[in-house]
Amino acid sequence: MATQTTAPAGPIVYLGQWVAEAIAAFGQFTQFAGAVFGWLFRRRPYPGTLVPTMFSIGVRSVPVVAITGTFIGMVLAVQAFNQFRMMHIESRLGAVINASLVTELGPVLAATMLAGRIGSSMAAELATMKVTEQIDGLRALGVDPTHYLALPRLVACVVLIPLLTCIADFMGVIGGAIVAIKINHVAGFHYWLHSRDSVELWDIGNGLTKSLFFGVEIAVISCFCGFRAGAGAEGVGRAATEAFVYSFVAILMSDFFLGVFINTVYHSIWPVTLSKLGG
Amino acid sequence: MAEQPVAPILETEGLFAKFGKQRVLRDINFQVHRGETVAVIGESGCGKTVLLKMLLALMEPNKGDVRFDGRSLLDLSDRELVKQRLRYGFVFQQAALFDSLNVFENVAFGLRAHRDLDEAQIREEVKERLAEVGLSTDIVAKMPMELSGGMRKRVGLARALALQPEVMLYDEPTTGLDPIMSDVINELILRTKERHHAASVVVTHDMKSAKKVADRVVMLYPLGRLKDGEAQIIFDGTPTELDDSADSRVRQFVRGEAGERISEMAED
Repeated sequence: MATQTTAPAGPIVYLGQWVAEAIAAFGQFTQFAGAVFGWLFRRRPYPGTLVPTMFSIGVRSVPVVAITGTFIGMVLAVQAFNQFRMMHIESRLGAVINASLVTELGPVLAATMLAGRIGSSMAAELATMKVTEQIDGLRALGVDPTHYLALPRLVACVVLIPLLTCIADFMGVIGGAIVAIKINHVAGFHYWLHSRDSVELWDIGNGLTKSLFFGVEIAVISCFCGFRAGAGAEGVGRAATEAFVYSFVAILMSDFFLGVFINTVYHSIWPVTLSKLGG
Repeated sequence: MAEQPVAPILETEGLFAKFGKQRVLRDINFQVHRGETVAVIGESGCGKTVLLKMLLALMEPNKGDVRFDGRSLLDLSDRELVKQRLRYGFVFQQAALFDSLNVFENVAFGLRAHRDLDEAQIREEVKERLAEVGLSTDIVAKMPMELSGGMRKRVGLARALALQPEVMLYDEPTTGLDPIMSDVINELILRTKERHHAASVVVTHDMKSAKKVADRVVMLYPLGRLKDGEAQIIFDGTPTELDDSADSRVRQFVRGEAGERISEMAED
């Protein structure tokens, strides 16, 4: 009788398995995100779930976001000052610091900080609930865990992350101004004048729109990582790490695409003219 | 006139389950009748808990069907499945109390989510359910982490009973408890059956518990050690028949004798 021999799995096999698993995971993520958004439009969060979640996500994040914002502004002022002084345009420092703060650095770095603080914590909490069968407990009691656990977290992130970004922006503006005006002795009048001229309401809206998307990404990715956690302490740890890493990557990628999209919209409404470019 | 056979309240037909490459259940056919308590026994890893979770559609089989009161749980819409799940009570191995809620809120959870009761009625219900499992209302403000293992199990039982279930599922209810507390839980399972006339499935490897609470015992054997074509349920009978089973694997399990199991396990 002929004997069957099985060839050892090579790198192509492993690559194929990895791709298949990644596609399956993305499919599950899409399904999960669809379910959470479905609840958003169908039912309100369960009574008593939203306020504690908002407190945990919002109030407890204020100090860390404020510190992050302040130091972003201060670092920007320190780094930009020398460059601007060499060109004798240090009075324009406010324009660069504040424009980059409200459009890019404030939203992105605040979201990154929140992905670490809130995202990992949400994923670890949900993963622990899964490991200890509390999520099965909810389903056994006829309650959809996506509705009970993920929906309040999504609502809280969508509402509060833009607000926390406002705090980060504000503190960054203050931090940058302190370093520029008080330490580097840039004329305060010109600092604020150039800031006012270069930061439009559109820029603030741009940053806050991005932060809204970042909030959605952090909430959905972190809840998904928590819900699909593996067994034991290792599963919980991995869920927390994955929640941060995937949220961070999503924040950076969406920042790029949203930046391109928002700029396209801006230029289609207000086309760039030579006079504006100083030509 | 010939008597009509009584339809089972819970029934599985040809259940298969596997996780990745590991097969756990194969062709499980299993029935539970109203008012009956069935103990599912077997070694760790033989698929008892998977089977129990499939009875409530917390897990889906790869093949086969689970019927509750004549209807397939697998064909139900999400809304209909929730309705059917409310007719069950599930007591988890580690109780699975919601650790962000205190004892009162845990027991009241199902009532708040599915019954239109005012606060006074909920308080009364919670008090009754706690009294039923031998707990006083002094503990209602405690968080699950502050409770002993036995108390957690009893709060879990009170929570499961709050919605007046027709079927009770117990996942290793006496595991990790001292002998006295184990017997307390056994007594509570018997009392629950008397008071609520519920059908019960008790997954356990505690033979004292199985013999005390069960009307019928079903034993599963790990698939990896079964011979080709052999059924996974290697015993289905009354507790008194267990000791005299013709199958040496059943007798060894009942007596707690390892026998040749260590060498068999090494071959797995």
